[in-house]
Amino acid sequence: MTAKGEMISITVTINGLPYTAAVSATMNLTDFIREVANLTGTNVGCGEGECGACTVFLDGSSVNSCIVLAVDADGKEVTTIEGIGGPNGDLHPVQQAFIDCGAIQCGFCTPGMIMQAIWFLKQNPDPTPEEVRAGLEGNLCRCTGYEKIVDAVLTAAQQMNAVETSVR
Amino acid sequence: MTENNEYNVIGKRVPKVDAREKATGAAIFGHDLRLPGMLEGKILRSKRAHANFTIDISKAEKIPGVVAVITAETYPHVKNLGFLQDNPALKKGKVCSYRDEIAAVAAVNPETAEDAINAIEVEYEDLPNVCDIEFACMENAPVLHEHAPDNILKHRYDFVHGDPEKALEEADFKVTSTYRLQYVAHCCMEPCFAAAQWDGPDRLTVYSTTQIPHLMQRDLGRVLGIPAAHIRIKQMVIGGAFGSKLDTYPYEIITCLLAKKTGRPVRIAFDREEEFIASVTRQPAVITVSHGCTKDGKLTARIFDAVLDNGSNSSWGATTPHIMANPVSSLYKVENVRMKAKMVYTNNAYAGAFRGYGNPQATFAIESNLDELAKVAGIDPLELRRRNFNEPGETTPQDLKITTCGMKECTEAAVEAIDYDKPLEEWEGVGFANMIHVGGGARIYLSDGSGVTVKVDDFGRVVIITGATEIGQGTDTAMAMIASEELGVPLENISILNSDTDYGMWDAGVHASRTTFIVGNATLRACRMVKEQLIEAAAKKMKIEPGKVVFEKGVFYPEGGSPEDGMKVDKVARSMHFRRQGKHPMATYYYDPPNELQDMKTLKGNVSSTYAYGTHACRVKVDPETGKVKILKFVAAHDVGKVINRQGIEGQLHGGIAQGIGYALMEDMVFEDGKLLNPNLLDYKLVMARDMPPMELIFIETDDPEGPYGAKGIGEAGLIPTAAAIANAVESAIGARIRDLPITPEKVLAAIRGVK
Repeated sequence: MTAKGEMISITVTINGLPYTAAVSATMNLTDFIREVANLTGTNVGCGEGECGACTVFLDGSSVNSCIVLAVDADGKEVTTIEGIGGPNGDLHPVQQAFIDCGAIQCGFCTPGMIMQAIWFLKQNPDPTPEEVRAGLEGNLCRCTGYEKIVDAVLTAAQQMNAVETSVR
Repeated sequence: MTENNEYNVIGKRVPKVDAREKATGAAIFGHDLRLPGMLEGKILRSKRAHANFTIDISKAEKIPGVVAVITAETYPHVKNLGFLQDNPALKKGKVCSYRDEIAAVAAVNPETAEDAINAIEVEYEDLPNVCDIEFACMENAPVLHEHAPDNILKHRYDFVHGDPEKALEEADFKVTSTYRLQYVAHCCMEPCFAAAQWDGPDRLTVYSTTQIPHLMQRDLGRVLGIPAAHIRIKQMVIGGAFGSKLDTYPYEIITCLLAKKTGRPVRIAFDREEEFIASVTRQPAVITVSHGCTKDGKLTARIFDAVLDNGSNSSWGATTPHIMANPVSSLYKVENVRMKAKMVYTNNAYAGAFRGYGNPQATFAIESNLDELAKVAGIDPLELRRRNFNEPGETTPQDLKITTCGMKECTEAAVEAIDYDKPLEEWEGVGFANMIHVGGGARIYLSDGSGVTVKVDDFGRVVIITGATEIGQGTDTAMAMIASEELGVPLENISILNSDTDYGMWDAGVHASRTTFIVGNATLRACRMVKEQLIEAAAKKMKIEPGKVVFEKGVFYPEGGSPEDGMKVDKVARSMHFRRQGKHPMATYYYDPPNELQDMKTLKGNVSSTYAYGTHACRVKVDPETGKVKILKFVAAHDVGKVINRQGIEGQLHGGIAQGIGYALMEDMVFEDGKLLNPNLLDYKLVMARDMPPMELIFIETDDPEGPYGAKGIGEAGLIPTAAAIANAVESAIGARIRDLPITPEKVLAAIRGVK
């Protein structure tokens, strides 16, 4: 990938599959996901950790993958937008809520926004609208004014809690 | 606000047809494109605002992995871009801005391309900077372009109706103030992208995020000197545009040239910093407005003088004063009006089209000034507006023909929703602003038309083939809803084929809030033509007169019969073409609205076939210690003609309001001697989720006679009166007028101190 410098062999498990490649010390995790694993759902909006479009889970925690070095993900587990749905094209309840509530316009921020929303709901399964707004603070959207994104997160929370209750 | 039962689909809440692919990460944006052998292109930009330069590329060319290095000398016959054709893709010997392109490279990977850029040697001979519009207009100011020796673009805008100077002189009350609007960036979440691939010397395919595919095809043909008929534009999924992709950019030409030079596909993808520096902006402006009225509050005079910073080169943005003239001439009834506007070349970034196209700037100045007039006249600002409302049937000073007009209804609905009479607490304020904008297309080009083909296959699937562009605004969904309504086919059986100039028919591009109106009308009419073909075929099959066929919810049956015995669309379609001399159910309609190209000199003419109105109202609370403005509630009441997709139109307005709040309170590109000091999303503040106030949207349905189902265009409306409403509310709260955007806490504190 890179023209110069030492290459380091790393293995990152992405959505359950191991990917091994020799990468430069400066490669970031977004590029590893996009170029090595060829998973292009994770978008790059700024490359500086300011917009959240590249949000993924690293060992279960939400991170801006553009400011994580690929070598620091060696031996770890990554989940991307392609890894959150079920088999046969089933959607995660947060994905479904984003679609149903109109939380998507151009869609560029959407994968990162959905990842952040899923992680946020794991921390806070029954949030207030204000808590949702604070929880999405690191993810920028230029199209929607966030209104329907907040609706979608609250709707998904309700649905996931209802399922949880019925399972009990 | 009630859901309409007149239609099965129109007016309902429908999720976007492209939402699933965007929610799963399957959507293919520009940077997801993979072409075999594709090289990485990169541009060297100026390190000066204004300078002559010489360049040496020899070291860069020798770097292993560099396939091509090009400068203006490489392809000397390439023509200029820009509305005034003043913008060479690669600058030759002189730069006029930090954004200017000096050279470009194509290499095997981004790192090598970067190394090559750094190895290019440039020597600059500095010229005096012209970074201020007042300085640029002075006599003996340094000249940027030879064709504009006074630094002013050749299109001057001078509109007059009546005798405004005399009317102002004679007015019982009058006020004059100057307003300053800042540079703001579109900040599409997806940075700019292009890829190009040649097949032989003059056949070109461009993968693009343009919002004007057919105009781009024309631009590329002219600039590159090849037949436009040999050019194919394939649009990617577009991660936001808001007007920024209305022009063909130098980087797109450079991508084509690198691909030509290397004989391989080449892509150029901006990073965020390059996006800030090298994509267009909204025009900053200094606007002086005077209003005069009688003692009863009837407006008698409006004089509007705008100087806009055009930046270093021209784009479609050079025509924004055309649209500024709409509110200046036609927002409220004013008998005597003058507008003067000029665009000035400076060594700043160049400005282009941005949602609202000059209207947000003009409306901010006009609506702020009306509140100032109300204060001088001792009339309630709301009452002043009530006495001058626009009305249906009016022909305005600019010859705009107002068919439907919901200004009064919007205002009164907003008054109620914001609870105008509720007493204000200390440091609380309430403000209003109205708007008018083109709502039925805008003829700024010879054609304002769009062609749509609708095809029904033998499984009952409907395919809509269009040259219209989806930039996230929801056009595809609106078209699918119209086809579903007309042909009784469920939405999941409808697909939209667009994004390719080889099969999409001419469309003037996404601008002027035109797409749902224009393309919606084309879709509606094409569907009705197909429906007639199907009715005729069904009649033949049923052996009755076509007039006796009932078509309901996708089923054809004989008058007096029952839908259960009817034929569905797929069966009728098969009956048409599964036979000798058959015919395929399919129709094309080209819709071009009944509007006029305005006279460049007088600026008069009915530029749109209908006009959208709206009122924004807000309550704010100002913290006198910090100067921070908190919006307690925001109301937006809009004359939308008719709601097509309730979910989509809400999203358009929410998003517009968010951009308007950013414009009013936060967003500011800070330039120092032509250099942008905050080209990143940390220092350039975008509105975040927690910055958004509670919003209430109100839709006034005036049922426009020309719109599809009565709809008007509404894509830009959400941010047009926003900043003015906020500024008026802030004045109401602190008792002092802030005339410069953005209204930062520092300015609020200074204004509060000034009052004390």
